[in-house]
This record gives sequence, C-alpha cells and structure tokens, in this order.
Amino acid sequence: MTLDYQLIWQNLPLYLNGVALTLKVLLISLACGLALAIPLALMRVSRTCLLRYPAWLYTYVIRGTPMLVQLFLVYYGLAQFEAVRQSPLWPYLSSATFCTCLAFAINTSAYSAELLAGSLRSTPRGEVEAARAMGMSRLTLYRRILLPSALRRALPQYSNEVLMMLQTTSLASIVTLVDITGAAKTFNARYYLPFEAFITAGLIYLALTFMLVRLFKLAERHWLAYLAPRKH
Amino acid sequence: MLHGYGSSILDGAWLSVSLALLAMALAIGLGLFGAACRLSPLRWLAGLGEVYATVVRGIPDLVLILLVFYGGQDLVNRLALALGYQQYIDINPFVAGVCTMGFIFGAYLSETFRGAFLAIPKGQAEAGAAYGMSGLQVFWRISLPQMVRLALPGFTNNWLVLTKSTALISVIGLQDMMFKAKNAADATHQPFTFFLAVAALYLLLTSVSLLLLRGVEQRYSVGFKAAEL
Amino acid sequence: MNKTGLLGALALCACSAFAQADDASLRIGIEAAYPPFSYRTPEGELAGFDYDIGNALCAQMQVKCQWVIQEFDGMIPSLKVRKIDAVLSSMSITEDRLKSVDFTDKYYHTPGKFAMKAGSRLDTPAVDLKGRKVGVQRASTYDRFATEQLEPAGVEIVRYASQNEAFLDLVSGRLDATLADIVNTEESFIKTPAGQGFALVGPDIGDPHYFGRGAGIAVRKGDSANLARLNAAIAAIRANGTYQQVQRKYFPFDIYGQ
Repeated sequence: MTLDYQLIWQNLPLYLNGVALTLKVLLISLACGLALAIPLALMRVSRTCLLRYPAWLYTYVIRGTPMLVQLFLVYYGLAQFEAVRQSPLWPYLSSATFCTCLAFAINTSAYSAELLAGSLRSTPRGEVEAARAMGMSRLTLYRRILLPSALRRALPQYSNEVLMMLQTTSLASIVTLVDITGAAKTFNARYYLPFEAFITAGLIYLALTFMLVRLFKLAERHWLAYLAPRKH
Repeated sequence: MLHGYGSSILDGAWLSVSLALLAMALAIGLGLFGAACRLSPLRWLAGLGEVYATVVRGIPDLVLILLVFYGGQDLVNRLALALGYQQYIDINPFVAGVCTMGFIFGAYLSETFRGAFLAIPKGQAEAGAAYGMSGLQVFWRISLPQMVRLALPGFTNNWLVLTKSTALISVIGLQDMMFKAKNAADATHQPFTFFLAVAALYLLLTSVSLLLLRGVEQRYSVGFKAAEL
Repeated sequence: MNKTGLLGALALCACSAFAQADDASLRIGIEAAYPPFSYRTPEGELAGFDYDIGNALCAQMQVKCQWVIQEFDGMIPSLKVRKIDAVLSSMSITEDRLKSVDFTDKYYHTPGKFAMKAGSRLDTPAVDLKGRKVGVQRASTYDRFATEQLEPAGVEIVRYASQNEAFLDLVSGRLDATLADIVNTEESFIKTPAGQGFALVGPDIGDPHYFGRGAGIAVRKGDSANLARLNAAIAAIRANGTYQQVQRKYFPFDIYGQ
C-alpha cells in the first residue's frame, strides 16, 4: 500500500497551522480550567454544605455528559437565543475559538477539581497539624501548606488529564476550527485520501503526546523530588 | 416539547447503549490479552503491549474512528480480494464503532488490569503453584477473581468514559442519539433543546452505571476489610 | 441469565452486524440533510427529491435500492472503498470529480447562490465579501469554488460538515453569507421561520468549471454496468413522465434545465 507522501509534504503548512491552533486551544483551556478548578476543589472539600453541594453538582453533571454534547450546547445551543445574540458577550460567543476554549475549560475544570479535591483530602495529617501548631490562620494554611502540597501530589494524575485534553481538542474540528484533525478533514475533502490524511494527523498527535510526557517527567522530577525513592 | 423527535432520540439511545456494551466486551478481551502481554517475561511481547497502549492513548478517538471507518474498509476490501473472496464485506458504522471503541478501550483496560494484577499479593500465585496448579489454572482460578475487585474502580472509570465517547460515532453516520439530536436540531433550528435532552439521557446513563458498578464492587469486596484510615 | 448465554447473545449481535452485500441490490449513498433534495421526516423516514428519483430509477431498472446515509464529504471515499455503489445526493458533475469517479447524465441542474441578510448588495462576490465570512459545505462544489476563487481575494471561508450547520451560524450572525444550491437554500432556509430577514442575493453562481453540467449520479470509475443501466433508467423516466411526476411534488418549476 503506497501512501502519497508528496501530497502530504505539499500540504504541510495546513497541518502546521493546525498544530498551532491545537496548542493555542489546549493552553488556553488548561490555564482557564485550572484557574477555575482550584476554587472549585476548595469548595468540594469545604465543611459547609452550601459550598460543597453546588460544587458536587457541577462536577457530577460536567463529568457525566459527553464533551461533544457540551461543545454543541455552547457553540450552537447558546447562539439559538436572541437574548444571547444581543448581549455584550456576543462578540466573544460568536467566535468558534472562544466557544471551544470555553467548553473545554469548563470540562477540564470539573475533572481537575475532582483530582485536586482528592489530593487535598489525602494531605498527610502531620502537615496540617504542624501548621496549626505554628499558629497559622486558615487562609495561611491553605495558601502555604495545603494548596502547594495538593498541587504537587496531583501532578501525575494531572499529567493524564492534560494528555486527555490534547486528545479532546480534536473535537474542535467538528465546530469549524481547523486544528490538526480539521486539517486532516480538509485534506481528505480535497484529495479523497483518508489514510494519508488521518495517519499524518495521528502521528502528529503521537509526537505531541510524547513531548508532553517528557515535559511532565521533568516537572515531576523537579516538584516531586521529595517523594522519589532514595538514591543510595 | 421535543417536536415529535422524542421517540427517534430514544431509539438512538438504545443504539448507543448496545454499542457501548459490545465495545466494552471487546475491550475486556483485548485488555486482558494486553495486560497478559505486558506482564509476560518475553520482552518482545511486553514491548508489543506497551506499543499498543502508547499508540492508542496518544491518538485522539476521533482520528482513530475516521481512520478505521474509511481506512478499515479499504483494508478489508484488499484482504478479501487477496484471499480470493469476491463478495464485498460491508463494515457498517455500528461495526466500525464497536471495533474502534473496543480497540481504544482495550488499551486503557490493559493498563487498568495490569495495575490490578500487580496489586495481588505475590503469595497467592506462589501458593497456587505449590499446590501444583499450572500457570493457566493459577491465572483463571486465583489471579482473575482477585483482580476483578482491584480493577473495579479503574474499570468503572473506563466504562463511564466509553459511554460518553460513543457520542463521537455519530460523525461516521451511526444513528445514535447524538446523530438523531443533530437531525432534529437541524430541522427545527433549536439545537439547545435537543442537545440538552441528549445531555440528560447521558447523565441518566452514567448515573445508572455508577450505581450498578458500585453494587458490583460491594459484592466483590465481600470478606475483604479495607484498611482503617 | 447465565454467563455463557449472555456471551453467546452478545456474539450473535456482533455477527449480525457484518452485512453481506447482495449482488442484485444497489447501495446508494445519500446525505439526508439537504432539503428538499434529501432529508428525514420527524419519524426518521427518508424523503426528498433525490430519494424519490432514486426509487423511481430502481423501479425502472427492477433492482432493489439500499439507501446508505452518509456525510457528504465521505461520499466519494465511501464509493471508492465499495461501501456504496452510487451516490445520488445532489452531487454536481465537475472536471475535478471526474478524475476520481464516473458520472451518469445529469438529473437536474440548478445554480448556486449566496444567502445573506435581506437588502445586502452583492455585485461582485470576490470584492464585496472581502474580509467577511462565508460558510460552505466541506467537499461541495461551493467549497471548491470558494477556496479557489474567493479565498485568494481575501474572503474568509468557513467549512461545515453539513449545510444546515452553516445556516445555523448564518442566523446567529457568525457568518456574513453562505454559498449553496439555490433550491436547497430557498426551501430549507429562506422559507422557514429561521430564515426570516435573509434572502438570496447576488448573481447566480454557475461557473461550468466548478458547477459543471448539473447534478448526476456518481459511480466508481470503470463501473460501466451500473453507469449504463442508470443512464438508461434516467432517460426512461424522463420519457415516460415519472420524472415530471416526482418533480411536480417538490418544485413548481423545471429543475432539469437545458
């Protein structure tokens, strides 16, 4: 089976633009998602029901529905309402990139919040007791002990979340964005060569995954050095 | 309220569920095989399992679905012709969906099962060998039942992800509830209504799954006391 | 239910999904998202001009029709891998496509037209739409036309899997215009409540290089058997009045063209 590499090579700019868009969407979604996840996680482990239950409901609904449905609801669903179209948010919501990043950020915030909440709950008791013994206020306790500790210990699982997000960005192609998968679809529509189109896309995603895995290994070595097995 | 599209969406829901069940059955088979490969003392077999897991987890589901649907058909055609089989074997979207999803989640499950197998205390297998059980007997009678309990949390997670991923099969024309909702949305120009309905159905599906699997976890954990934290 | 029984049932389900193609039947690919040519009723039934013409042709040829619903940009790839034997989905006969597939004679011919907010002026598309967004269906002739004629002139082209999605975005204001078949736009959009305030504007887009000689039925390259019998059937239904009967059901005018 011979693949038409020539044609792929000629259309490489299409794919490279796709890579740029994929990375852009990925970074924005992850940044916003994590920023939202931290307060959400704190709400999830809070002792007051008023904070705990809304957060639980949010993560339950977001994690219980497919990403595709959430994406369609944000992109096509919201635009259906006249009120939304007249609102000052419209210039943002009319952009496919904004809608996609919004939907992805909401999705990752729910998963990351659960992750962080689990990490917060499994904080070694000694750390909290020591902080209290030193007379730290609740705010200081969270700021200097709990959050940094929880964020560090969540790193391995968060790396999984980031990798999953990379795969999820391929859904952006379904709402007109020309990311890596979008580039493959455009290529396939023009030349009717599905193998070449999608294998190339797959290889690019694999390469990106490997790079991210290495990046996280480095991050773990830096931030989780204190948990590594002792080198004798 | 649903402009008459309600029953067609429910038909689609049934298709989604049956696709998920069949895909999971395939995934369990592939997962067990994959885990066995990765735990095997033969290096090339372990490497093969590693490659399977890495490649599948590194490529988006959507790309794999499109590749299997268009490329897979081409492959089957060539294979059939090479084997001298003139009749055309059709791979409809349902089959393509089951095979792709089964293949993808087989990789994830192989990781889950591998972790579960590794967590079984080594003494169990040793005791089995001391009794004179063959490798296969040890696997079937000792390791597997214990592995189920340990794998259930990861398995539950994978099942939930699988049921939600089936929404993607709508892009290759499978008439699941996502496809039906899109049709309805296109015809009535009310996408919010229909996608909200589909979201509610998925939420119902995941909730029921969670309850059932928690029940299974209880049953398999009978006689096992968790550590007092 | 015991475990073996359950496994057996699951296996049977899986096997039944592998369909064996029947030689006497003709597998026809249709989009079913392109009113009034092909669409689905709320009950989920296939309907439309393409669908009725196809059934008429199959009746004429005395062959069983098997309709396969596909996304439009997957039609030709599916034809090439033998998933379907013919494409009857308002596919225009163009030089470009003739490189990959064979076409029967046309079964209708309508031009393309832009849909924009009512009252917009559109004399020269490439000039008037510069810097604005135009939606097209991926892999359609309008996509090809827009990519080669409008995109280089500075028009932003947005590609959708189905024309309906483009209409949704036109209504919500994400697009300034869409370019699609004149009849499809009129029937499935302008005339509906969602199409209020929009109109077909600008010149008829009928550049023969892109839009060829009308819509035909695509078959695999070299499939002369199907090509011959489909052509014969088209001629027959035009001669015996069946074509006109179907046409009258959908259009008060003649869409066959010259």
